[in-house]
Amino acid sequence: MEQKNLKVVGHSYRKKDALQLLLGKPLYVQDLAPAGALVVKLLRSPHPHALVEEVNKTAALKVPGVVGIYTWEDVPKTRFAIAGQTYPEPSPYDRLILDRHIRFSGDPVAIVAAEDEKAANKALKLIKVKYQVLEPVLDYRTAKDNPVLVHPEEDWFPPCQVGGDNKRNLVASETDSHGDVDKVMADCDIVIEHTYHTKAVQQAMMETFRTYTDLDRYGRLHVVSSTQIVFHVRRILSRALGIPKSRIRVEKPRIGGGFGAKQTAVSEVYPAFVTLKTGRPAQIIYTREECQIAGSPRHEMEIRVKLGASKDGKIRALDLYTLSNTGAYGEHGPTTVGLSGHKSIPLYTGSLEAHRFSYDVVYTNLQAAGAYRGYGATQGIFALESAVNELAERLGMDPTRLRDQNMVREGMVMDAYYGETANACALDRCMEHCRQIFDWENRYPVRDLGDGRVRCAGVAMAMQGSCISNLDVGSATVKLGEDGTYNLIIGAADMGTGCDTILAQMVAECMDCSLEEVSVFGADTDVSPYDSGSYASSTTYITGKAVEKACAKLKEELCQMAGEMLDCDPALMVFEGKQVRNTADGRTVSLQDIAYKAQLFSTHSAMATATHTSPVSPPPYMVGMVEIELDKRTGSVKVLDYMAVVDCGIPVNPALARVQTEGGLVQGIGMALTEDVTYNAQGRPIENSFMQYKVPTRLDMGKLRVEFEHSCEPTGPFGAKSIGEIVINTPSPALAHAIYRATGVWHRELPITPEKILMSMPEEE
Amino acid sequence: MELNFTLNGKPVAAQIAPDTLLIDLVRSLGCASVKRGCDTANCGLCTLFLDDKPVLSCSLLAARVEGRTVTTLEGLQEEAAEFVGFIADQGADQCGFCNPGFVMNTIALLRENPDPTDDEIRAFLAGNLCRCSGYEGQLRGIRAFLDSRKK
Repeated sequence: MEQKNLKVVGHSYRKKDALQLLLGKPLYVQDLAPAGALVVKLLRSPHPHALVEEVNKTAALKVPGVVGIYTWEDVPKTRFAIAGQTYPEPSPYDRLILDRHIRFSGDPVAIVAAEDEKAANKALKLIKVKYQVLEPVLDYRTAKDNPVLVHPEEDWFPPCQVGGDNKRNLVASETDSHGDVDKVMADCDIVIEHTYHTKAVQQAMMETFRTYTDLDRYGRLHVVSSTQIVFHVRRILSRALGIPKSRIRVEKPRIGGGFGAKQTAVSEVYPAFVTLKTGRPAQIIYTREECQIAGSPRHEMEIRVKLGASKDGKIRALDLYTLSNTGAYGEHGPTTVGLSGHKSIPLYTGSLEAHRFSYDVVYTNLQAAGAYRGYGATQGIFALESAVNELAERLGMDPTRLRDQNMVREGMVMDAYYGETANACALDRCMEHCRQIFDWENRYPVRDLGDGRVRCAGVAMAMQGSCISNLDVGSATVKLGEDGTYNLIIGAADMGTGCDTILAQMVAECMDCSLEEVSVFGADTDVSPYDSGSYASSTTYITGKAVEKACAKLKEELCQMAGEMLDCDPALMVFEGKQVRNTADGRTVSLQDIAYKAQLFSTHSAMATATHTSPVSPPPYMVGMVEIELDKRTGSVKVLDYMAVVDCGIPVNPALARVQTEGGLVQGIGMALTEDVTYNAQGRPIENSFMQYKVPTRLDMGKLRVEFEHSCEPTGPFGAKSIGEIVINTPSPALAHAIYRATGVWHRELPITPEKILMSMPEEE
Repeated sequence: MELNFTLNGKPVAAQIAPDTLLIDLVRSLGCASVKRGCDTANCGLCTLFLDDKPVLSCSLLAARVEGRTVTTLEGLQEEAAEFVGFIADQGADQCGFCNPGFVMNTIALLRENPDPTDDEIRAFLAGNLCRCSGYEGQLRGIRAFLDSRKK
């Protein structure tokens, strides 16, 4: 299925919203919230584990402008999950809007609604709470079967059976294997076994969590939120608030970044509750501190890798065990952990004889984790790729050549990836291409600059998925206007990624028109056709295919209508972009005329909706190589160059695919070197602002270079796979590798800070 | 207290509380381009010009602008329009939330140094965080604009 002569797909275009964004137009939740909306603030517990004994609101209620203060006694008693996942969710129903049982430092105790921010903040200070402080579970390594239970409640409910047991602090548990791992491992010449530790890093999207709510003209709850998942939010709110889904409408305006954080309904329920209580518009704007201490960060994971290989560098057996820390609530806990094995082990399909992957996901009294770009694959790939680099160093082999002889290649069946076949895989070409542009042969050797500084390089491979197979659903509606242009209506959420634009490019390609002739709308639960939402790297692959199908249906419809207009067999009609032509006699009908006909004594509508899902999730692949300069006197690491070659199938918009990659690389560099989430002995978070939580600036990332190796995915729209998540996966292992090359020390815990590097440096002879 | 200043070329008289921050004042006056990203003067999203110098409005009391001139992106649409298309061509606008602060500081850079090197661009804009783009596309866009001026 070669893709040739594409006019719009495969070409770079500006995002349709680019100039509006660049010129600072009012397009985000806070810009659009109605004047007079109540300001909603949350009183958060300082204790990581406690019972609320008493809340004294008397003084706070006297603050002028305070409209309401709500506590656990005021909210519905139905437990729900805020993870944005298809029903029935794998995440347990373990939350209440406000719970008497406090489970992390930052868990809300009270909701304050006031006329302005000042009054709300003053009220927060005047609410007096009496806590019964409980012993917390702060170490995830001791959480399983700990006598202290994070969720002792009897109404804890898992909608799916994922091996969880709240009476053991266990959210999920599973073992999966192929072949006899123990036997193959015993037969291996070399076995590498280490434990790797990744932290609960924050998405740190520039727009914090925020939502406003009001009652629409029919008295329904109208929710405008910075979310990736409008349909899931509607379902979640319905359960949490105890009102019918038909009484809720959720829409998203422009979103100031998501990266998975907004695949969880972090902020929506609070203003929604206030609007239902008061009948008034309400808005909640999370502060950066709230984002840092009560957001939805990456799952902290500890991954034990056992890798067995022959002495000539054939990777024969892999055994992974992941312990994942979901924190106080189980959002995305049962699913992120799976990717740590399912999207790392298949990279070595080329040589692997047997593998085993098992995991536990535990509750602790720490900030609840959620979805973050990479979704567990990032953690697993750091561990596995580090182990593979260590194998290469132990064997004295070039780590890129070692991978050449073990990696998955096109046509292989990936036992560790649900038995899927790698139908489109250019990983081998990515490696070759990256080796060339990076000049690997010359930059891999350690070069001592003679003053304590050394230059050296590291490498890693990565994969991801292109959807959740057998599950994700995407839809698109395409309609023809009487001027011959089109509207595309979607339920997927453009969070800055540019999906509105690339999906419009697909319409333009299918309907043989220009990109300017396609207008896009999304997403609104009242208007959009159903879409699971923008996550799991699925929008291009799933919603894109729905767009392609909708266009095919619309063309059929237009041929039918034109046939009737010309009083001839519709089978003779052919769609030609601006017109439909009768192939027998050459007569034509213009699109305008068809659209006008649809408005006049017609039972046809010049529109079509199509839905798509997929039994497979074709992985994108990539290779990343980094050159660093490490100063042995200070432990500081300077990233000089990061080069990546990505196989995302056919890039629909190469400029946007490139920026996705560059952005993911820099986030990955932050995760590897500077971004940390730690707690003090009392379980209180330390990195609660950008002062302590160090997101890379433009001085911290060196030079980036991104190239693409095309493959053509037969099940994807125009041969496309995904790009959004995979791009964050290579920096951690590649940087750990380069740092080993410089220092002789493997760092198996992130982030690898100058302090850690310096303190672990072997004494110079 | 009463405050008199010039906002985007127009005189403004406003009644404010003494602890009002400049970001909240200008947003309440309709300048939605001024975004809050952090509260700790780390992200650069709230950048505006005070007497033509870029400042972080999240960290400035509104009372400090008495008698002075404040300019936001709303007041510099034409100057911004000269180069933002080049950023758009790279797809580097992405989510857009950091764009106004970044665009304001880029205007400040180009006024001060009309022909900066790549390293000068990086250094001048180091205080403007962007979580989407990885910065490289923003740099390519500015470079493309500068190159276009030389033709």
